[in-house]
Amino acid sequence: MTETLPVTAGVLDERRLLDAYRTMRTIRMFEERVHEEFATGEIPGFVHLYAGEEASATGVCAHLDERDAISSTHRGHGHCIAKGVDVKAMMAEIYGRATGSCHGKGGSMHIADLSKGMLGANGIVGGGPPLICGAALAAKLQNTGGVGVAFFGDGASNQGTTLEAMNLASVWNVPVVFVAENNGYAEATASSWSVAADSIADRAPAFGMPGVTVDGFDFFAVYEAAGEAVERARAGGGPTLIEVEFTRYFGHFEGDQQTYRTDEVARARAERDCLRSFRARVMDSGLLSAERLDEVDREVALLIDRAVAEAKEAPKPTAADLETDVYISY
Amino acid sequence: MARTMTYREALNEALVQEMERDQSVIVMGEDNAGGAGGPGEQDAWGGVLGVTKGLYPRFPDRVLDTPISESGFIGAAIGAATRGMRPVAELMFVDFLGVCFDQIYNQAAKFRYMFGGKAVTPVVIRTMYGGGLRAAAQHSQALYPIFTHVPGLKVVLPSSPYDAKGLLIQAVRDDDPVIFCEHKALYDTVGEVPEEPYTIPFGEAGIVRDGEDATIVALGRMVAVAVEAADDLAPSGVSCDVIDLRTTSPLDEDTILESVENTGRLIVVDEASPRCGMAADIASLAAREAFGALRAPVQTVTPPHTPVPFSDALEDLYLPDAQRVANTVKDVMNRER
Ligand SMILES: Cc1ncc(C[n+]2csc(CCOP(=O)(O)OP(=O)(O)O)c2C)c(N)n1
Ligand SMILES: [Mg+2]
Repeated sequence: MTETLPVTAGVLDERRLLDAYRTMRTIRMFEERVHEEFATGEIPGFVHLYAGEEASATGVCAHLDERDAISSTHRGHGHCIAKGVDVKAMMAEIYGRATGSCHGKGGSMHIADLSKGMLGANGIVGGGPPLICGAALAAKLQNTGGVGVAFFGDGASNQGTTLEAMNLASVWNVPVVFVAENNGYAEATASSWSVAADSIADRAPAFGMPGVTVDGFDFFAVYEAAGEAVERARAGGGPTLIEVEFTRYFGHFEGDQQTYRTDEVARARAERDCLRSFRARVMDSGLLSAERLDEVDREVALLIDRAVAEAKEAPKPTAADLETDVYISY
Repeated sequence: MARTMTYREALNEALVQEMERDQSVIVMGEDNAGGAGGPGEQDAWGGVLGVTKGLYPRFPDRVLDTPISESGFIGAAIGAATRGMRPVAELMFVDFLGVCFDQIYNQAAKFRYMFGGKAVTPVVIRTMYGGGLRAAAQHSQALYPIFTHVPGLKVVLPSSPYDAKGLLIQAVRDDDPVIFCEHKALYDTVGEVPEEPYTIPFGEAGIVRDGEDATIVALGRMVAVAVEAADDLAPSGVSCDVIDLRTTSPLDEDTILESVENTGRLIVVDEASPRCGMAADIASLAAREAFGALRAPVQTVTPPHTPVPFSDALEDLYLPDAQRVANTVKDVMNRER
């Protein structure tokens, strides 16, 4: 691991570095806690965890503000947290409570907060990229300066909707950043098998946009690539494809036995982990102290504890909620 | 003693036996083997809920994993079917049909008719449907009415391990495109399944309970719900016919009508949304063909017309259960004209 920081890291002041660290730590602790709680049987449904991939959501969303929209995936907790969705409401949603982000109607796979520009985790692989073309079109027509970011996986990069969206974004010249999160697998299938090109980023020229592959364990590398792409999009320069490479730490979903892989997670955790490398680099370069970072860890741990405790205490939705929020005529 | 196995194992056995019998049978889908390109186990998954486990080691050339490209591989299965293969393609969750529907309803469904009878498309699309697993709005739907609506498709919903095997073998041997809907809450249910291959013809409903007072028509997982309701009602002196449709296309109208002629009362239990679904369809059949026999209005038991909610508190209210069915039967009994 190199201990030198990219040039752009210089523009990150102490506050922004701490924000980034806090976001990554929040995602990590949120996911590790959900993993533990799921094992107790208290969390219903399908849950897909983002641990290991924190630098992507964090490094990209660090460039976004309230004008900007993101679309997400079934593995959406990290994107939600990085875009500012309330962590307690997210946890309550995962527990199916009335106090959840979607009043318990959505669950882990559908957490959304439109007021934050978070267009939803998504149960349909490839569901997000077309939507984000529309979000970007709206931003363009409304002259807000906003951009749209579509997060999707290596598996989703093979879905027609994703490929259509990339072409459309270029043809319309709308401000989109496509972030292909290549964690090596779609369920049990390796991306080296399912992606016929040498890399996902290699597909970019076919859609008339620049493509770049970055180390997804390195917050600064993601931050830098995303900064360039977002800036270009905001300036009317059109879409970019960023492929972010890393490893997911848990199974495809909670319960996955993962017999399709060997020791890569242990190795990644020990050698490449984004939080570990972030700490080492900001400390080595004298930007932040261990004490300051540890303090963040404690604050985040407290927040997650509270989020879980409150979620467990919160009421579930009732019969009165069943037929609201939808058009029904009998 | 008769042999028992799970619904999952029955489906697996049907596939193995058909692949052994007929070299043109191929299986494809996302992670139907699992592990492609990776360093670990090949056949790591055998499908997301394990139905195709063990097929890949046995038939390595005829089990194809696919990228997440449903339009592509479902379409490819259909194309291969027109060229002498008998593909069994897996659309993992029926909720994903939106990604590939054109290949199914504009292509596969229409070939035979549109080409003047000169095409056969013996493709089977296996897909999981249904609620109860807290899988939320995009992984819990019961979308079989959409397929049933399309002329040219056959639509199958096995309710038991026995039916699962016999109907799947029939589906593979059938020359029309078949949408084979497996309820994901049924995979672990156990029942008697003969070892030798057998078929259950399409369009022949099963009569799972015999009664005099009311007819309950159900399908898929709702058959068990209807049976539970019928058993709950029996001690109070109300006896019900419970009819398991098995296939919605073709539909066994005769069995339904015969029963209604006898009981004079009809309740349809369906897990799909109420609008344009099987419940409404069967109610209209009774109104049309058994009007004189009906002693009370036909009633339907379905979810409300909403997406499937995530929270267990809401999903339990959403899904029809035995108590709702029993209460509906009682209401019908009380509405004697
Ligand atoms: C249209 C569609 N097809 C299949 C699935 C089932 N499925 C859910 S996640 C997944 C794998 C996605 O892989 P990838 O895009 O790499 O994302 P990752 O899970 O690795 O984050 C699959 C096949 C789905 N949800 N939607
Ligand atoms: Mg992936």
